[in-house]
Amino acid sequence: MKVLVPVKRVIDYNVKVRVKPDGSGVDLANVKMSMNPFDEIAVEEAIRLKEAGKADEVVVVSIGVKQAQETLRTALAMGADRAILVVAADDVHQDIEPLAVAKILKGVVEEEKPGLVLAGKQAIDNDMNATGQMLAALLGWPQATFASKIEIDDGTALVTREVDGGLQTIRVKLPAVVTVDLRLNEPRYASLPNIMKAKKKPLEEKTPADYGVDVTPRLEVLATEEPPARQAGQIVGSVDELVSKLKEAGVI
Amino acid sequence: MDFALSEEQELIVATVRQFVEREIYPHEAEVERLGRVPPELAAEIRAKVIEMGFWACNFPAEVGGAGLSHLDFTLVERELGRGSMALTHFFGRPQNILMACEGEQRERYLFPAVRGEKMDALAMTEPGAGSDIRSMATTAVRQGGDWVINGTKHFISGADTADFFIVFVATGVDDTPKGPKKRITCFLVDRGTPGFTVREGYRSVSHRGYHNCILEFDDCRLPDSQILGEVDGGFAVMNEWLYATRLTVAAFCVGRARRVFDHALSWAAERRQFGQPIGRFQGVGFQIADMITEIDAADWLTLSAAWRLDRGLPANREIASAKLYASEMLARVTDATVQIHGGMGLMDDLPIERFWRDARVERIWDGTSEIQRHIISRELLRPLGA
Ligand SMILES: Cc1cc2nc3c(=O)[nH]c(=O)nc-3n(C[C@H](O)[C@H](O)[C@H](O)COP(=O)(O)OP(=O)(O)OC[C@H]3O[C@@H](n4cnc5c(N)ncnc54)[C@H](O)[C@@H]3O)c2cc1C
Repeated sequence: MKVLVPVKRVIDYNVKVRVKPDGSGVDLANVKMSMNPFDEIAVEEAIRLKEAGKADEVVVVSIGVKQAQETLRTALAMGADRAILVVAADDVHQDIEPLAVAKILKGVVEEEKPGLVLAGKQAIDNDMNATGQMLAALLGWPQATFASKIEIDDGTALVTREVDGGLQTIRVKLPAVVTVDLRLNEPRYASLPNIMKAKKKPLEEKTPADYGVDVTPRLEVLATEEPPARQAGQIVGSVDELVSKLKEAGVI
Repeated sequence: MDFALSEEQELIVATVRQFVEREIYPHEAEVERLGRVPPELAAEIRAKVIEMGFWACNFPAEVGGAGLSHLDFTLVERELGRGSMALTHFFGRPQNILMACEGEQRERYLFPAVRGEKMDALAMTEPGAGSDIRSMATTAVRQGGDWVINGTKHFISGADTADFFIVFVATGVDDTPKGPKKRITCFLVDRGTPGFTVREGYRSVSHRGYHNCILEFDDCRLPDSQILGEVDGGFAVMNEWLYATRLTVAAFCVGRARRVFDHALSWAAERRQFGQPIGRFQGVGFQIADMITEIDAADWLTLSAAWRLDRGLPANREIASAKLYASEMLARVTDATVQIHGGMGLMDDLPIERFWRDARVERIWDGTSEIQRHIISRELLRPLGA
């Protein structure tokens, strides 16, 4: 079975995000970019499936700017076998919307015919949480989102999902789209031997036109604002003091 | 001339950086507070690094290392320099000098060190012999086919966690026109060898948790098979293998300075006084400008010295310049960062005071700044007869 893992290049989770002065988005020039952490978990899971003999090839795909090549190389250095880069933007500030990404991924799936698409549940930049679901709908495949455990057996995937208030376990027929949550695994670091091999692994470059997809944005960003600055806290000595402070503040 | 890193180098840098940020940074404050690295944590870091295939990445592939070039390895050291040395010590880079192991020494020391099963420490310095290393007083004397060692070494880094020691000892004196000159031999000494004790050392202001110890030899008997290199060939192995370690100090300083600089830059942008970010005052902004200029200069000086080594070009002077400049740069950058932070720069709520303390040793170990200046100036002046 082949596993396809879409990976997105996003602002590194350690970077302190700054809003661009014109409010059109977040400043991405000269900031550290990394693989979306949920996608890292998906790559890790795919590699584990391969190590367990449940998958025989892990293909990673990224849709975005040319620099997403670095993200793909990272996935290859973790142990993925092959990469596809769909160059869909030339400005780092241009985000490709979930629907366009899902349509391109559908094209990739039709070419690659994977038995499983493992995606991050969402990208930490826009937190859309949409691409996996849209892809499943476009393909007419079953989907299992927010996976915290995946077992592949007899052409099905048994997926434990983290839902509000608990865990839900469902079985989906393969091929399927599964999106992964934080607790699924702890991704490995790229290993030095794999880093040395990464460059020799194939990385194919494509464009949205190859899949007949138009990536023109359909959404318009009206404003981007910093969250309000947090007020300094106060340390209280006792419950009584806490209660009186809360009363003072008029919250109880 | 091309200043770009290769894709592999970019990945090496990104991976080591990520490792340091995720596995080292979160434990730094704790190690600083305890003054030591909890053994479970050391074991965990060691296991992860072995798993990643980075352990002994400075060793050639033939002996089980990763065969990194000097430049690649300098990049690894640079990223490690960001993190606490007490912790990155367990991102094992055994001493290259172990490549001088021969025959069964390879099975007993070289391979276990490369596999991460044994850790080493290197002992040259003595209370009476620092920069003037040849004046060492620890001796090995022939006795019934063995060597009997007596003397004391101090400031020996990592000796608390080392399984074996690479020890330089005087094995005789030659009379030369310039006066008596000691002959030096290098020995491999296992922890636990009778007559050999590792004692707790001094407490250093820099790199708390990274300990230096005192080694005592009291009629410690060693067979010939413990000699690394040739009898009286200590300086030869030292010169062949320890020549490049100064580059790791330079690389450490550059990596550390970049981390420190990020703190200085954000503070200058965010701390407000007199109604504006302090970085807008020229007095602060210009410090920022000088800092980054010096960091970049030290970075390129270091990388270019490593590049020379890879090309087989003479690099002694360039390595000395890199070690000298990078360590002095780090002193200025950490000092300026304290200044930019004002009083908070001295408080242990922030890591700034630690960076400032840590920086101090870099101008001293692996050859003081004065010794590096001596090397540089002699290399330039000696050919002119001066
Ligand atoms: C924390 C720490 C860890 C260390 N770890 C190790 C280790 O693992 N293994 C090991 O073998 N050693 C180690 N060292 C020793 C280190 O390499 C020496 O401290 C260093 O070589 C300087 O020797 P010294 O301290 O005896 O100073 P000295 O040599 O006594 O120097 C004192 C001063 O005199 C100056 N000076 C000396 N000679 C000259 C000269 N010719 N011209 C101008 N100025 C001169 C020096 O620059 C210095 O300013 C460590 C040191 C420290 C502080």
